[in-house]
Amino acid sequence: MADHMKRFRQTLGESLRERGVSRRGFLKYCTATASMMALPPTMVPAVAAALEKAKRPSVIWLSFQECTGCTESITRSHSPSLENLIFDHISLDYHHTLQVASGDAAEAAREAAMHENEGKYLVVVDGSIPLGNPGFSTIAGISNLQMMEETVAGAAAVIAVGSCAAFGGLPQANPNPTGAASVSDIVHDKPVVNVSGCPPIPTVITGVLAHFLTFGSLPELDALGRPMVFYGQSIHDRCYRRPFYDKGLFAETFDDEGARKGWCLYRLGCKGPMAYNACATTKWNQGVSWPVESGHGCLGCSEPDFWDAGGFYNALSIPDSDIIRNAGIVTAAGVALGAAAGALNRSTRAKAAAKHETVTIDDLDRKS
Amino acid sequence: MQKLQDIAVRVESKDVPLNHSNATPILHEIHHALQRLATQQETTTIDLRAIPFGPGDEEDLLNRLGTGEVQIELDSLGTSKLWETAFSGVWIIDHRNAEGERVALQIEVTRVPEIIQTHPDDVTDSLQLLDNQLNPNRTETSGLREE
Amino acid sequence: MTTPTDFLLWVRGPGFDIALVVFILGVIIRLLEVLVLGRKHDYSEPRGGELGPGLKTVVTRTLPETGSFKRAPFTVIGGYIWHIGFFISLFLFVPHIELINATLGLSWPGIASNLVDAVAAVTIVTLIAMLFSRLTHPVKRYLSGPEDYLTWLVTFLPMLTGYLAYHRMIDPYPLVLGLHILSVEVLMIVFPFTKLMHAFTFFIARWYNGAMSGRRGVQS
Ligand code: SF4
Ligand code: SF4
Repeated sequence: MADHMKRFRQTLGESLRERGVSRRGFLKYCTATASMMALPPTMVPAVAAALEKAKRPSVIWLSFQECTGCTESITRSHSPSLENLIFDHISLDYHHTLQVASGDAAEAAREAAMHENEGKYLVVVDGSIPLGNPGFSTIAGISNLQMMEETVAGAAAVIAVGSCAAFGGLPQANPNPTGAASVSDIVHDKPVVNVSGCPPIPTVITGVLAHFLTFGSLPELDALGRPMVFYGQSIHDRCYRRPFYDKGLFAETFDDEGARKGWCLYRLGCKGPMAYNACATTKWNQGVSWPVESGHGCLGCSEPDFWDAGGFYNALSIPDSDIIRNAGIVTAAGVALGAAAGALNRSTRAKAAAKHETVTIDDLDRKS
Repeated sequence: MQKLQDIAVRVESKDVPLNHSNATPILHEIHHALQRLATQQETTTIDLRAIPFGPGDEEDLLNRLGTGEVQIELDSLGTSKLWETAFSGVWIIDHRNAEGERVALQIEVTRVPEIIQTHPDDVTDSLQLLDNQLNPNRTETSGLREE
Repeated sequence: MTTPTDFLLWVRGPGFDIALVVFILGVIIRLLEVLVLGRKHDYSEPRGGELGPGLKTVVTRTLPETGSFKRAPFTVIGGYIWHIGFFISLFLFVPHIELINATLGLSWPGIASNLVDAVAAVTIVTLIAMLFSRLTHPVKRYLSGPEDYLTWLVTFLPMLTGYLAYHRMIDPYPLVLGLHILSVEVLMIVFPFTKLMHAFTFFIARWYNGAMSGRRGVQS
């Protein structure tokens, strides 16, 4: 514990040097960190200066109604890897899936971290919070809502990792049996950063944490509370298949000739036009590929309600119903009604004609 | 409603392009950067992670840049590779972590990449180190003193 | 809870169905109403064919008549620009063709999206200029009733929301896309019951004028 506290009080530069990291190593580290934070390379010196003096924030990670996919994702983070994230960037003081301690010892660690870092620690939440019945999800006998309110009270900020914590996600999908709510539905008096995605890209999670470590502040956010650097542009706007969308060349099936030539996946239900995320540039699995590159449309996983957006394989703007059938029925009805209206008009005309009295010049003379 | 099983899978693979021609705009950017380096001594770094490459684009770019005379291996927090391309002044910097995973891929348009140049503090440190080695018995070292 | 996604799902689901029913029913009823009525049999001896002159007028009346062009060049040119722009935006924008293909199975080549974008911008500006002239020109203003302003609005809104959606000027995207679809649905509903019907009836009217003159052996 003493060792832990010492490391915690050290700046990042000190702790790296203590571990024998050279100046070149540090510069490389800063280059990777700046690239991960999606900062332009011109910012590397500023990042280096800031990281030199940065003190690792204490992080408490709370997992609620989730599938552990977000934690799986962050463990795939390669720059920095999870190990150096835990040791260098942050002090991960509580994460019930990753930590060794369990039960009372684990809860004690959480309380100790809250106490020691009052007002300064970060809370990361993954998973949504059930408001239907507190018993739907508990940890160490504490309901999710209670644990979050308690932990967030002394935090500097809350980072909602994953679409469940950010927007309700899968637990909130129709008919939302547990009354699942997002972090920002509940927390109003602390800054909340939404790092959405199902799961979010590993380096986006670590990038946001690195930003807090580096600059001691939260990144600029969009209207949905997501960091602009990662969520500022839509998948569609950065997609390498985009020129084909503009030209009207669409893949008809998975892995057909068009799909392989890079044609657009819009017809196969791609939600890229509504999804804001960094997949098209950061990519997945250490930059190997990303869903659209692998030939599957984007699901829009970083957007609110993506589970309920009318089917993963339906294009965004295409009406759901069977238009031809409906149009056929309506046309038939229209013809019938139109014919009836026409007949009515005809009979009106016929009646008018029948009522029509012929007037001769004599009649006119007589009247006048 | 269209369902997954309604979409057939058909594999045909004639005439699949090897890349998506995204390398060309980067080459133009490099062209401008070289101009700036030639006339104003201004260096430029391009982060390739921020570029929306399609499959094959990165390979295409690296192929078109080729390999020059200098190749450097940097052993610090994993092995990074740096090399000058066939275009002098255009360097590729491929940073890898200890597991060999890429942590950054950059193009630096410069005479010598920044990270290769020895840091002034490292020069004084090494002076001291060498000093200690040459005079193992002297307790108070003063490598910096001019003689 | 109503979210932008719920809204989008509604407009492209039930909302679209409602609009489609009203549109098709309305158009067919209004067309049949006219057509079934028929014309009194003309017993006079025809002095020329009906078909040829009828078809000819459908085309020739598309060109401006020199007199009105000289008197109101702005109205004529503006009218052309925005009608053509509207058709290009509606029928040559790839996602629209895609929509028609997905729903009706008809497809044709589109043009590059950025070209459509430029056309749409010109169309929007022209529509605004046309409204401005309608409001400021004393005669046009006198001749305009509420219906004219209504039809202007329901034509203008799909163009405007489409432009906003293409450029993502309103966040989130499902909201602006939903607004665009909704504005088209409003257009579809208003269409059969206003002078917008001219998009269908102008063929009939022009053909009839031409055919009638042809039968009488005069030029139309
Ligand atoms: S594949 Fe998806 S994201 Fe890419 S251009 Fe097509 S619709 Fe847009
Ligand atoms: S491509 Fe779309 S669905 Fe896939 S991970 Fe990225 S944002 Fe989510």
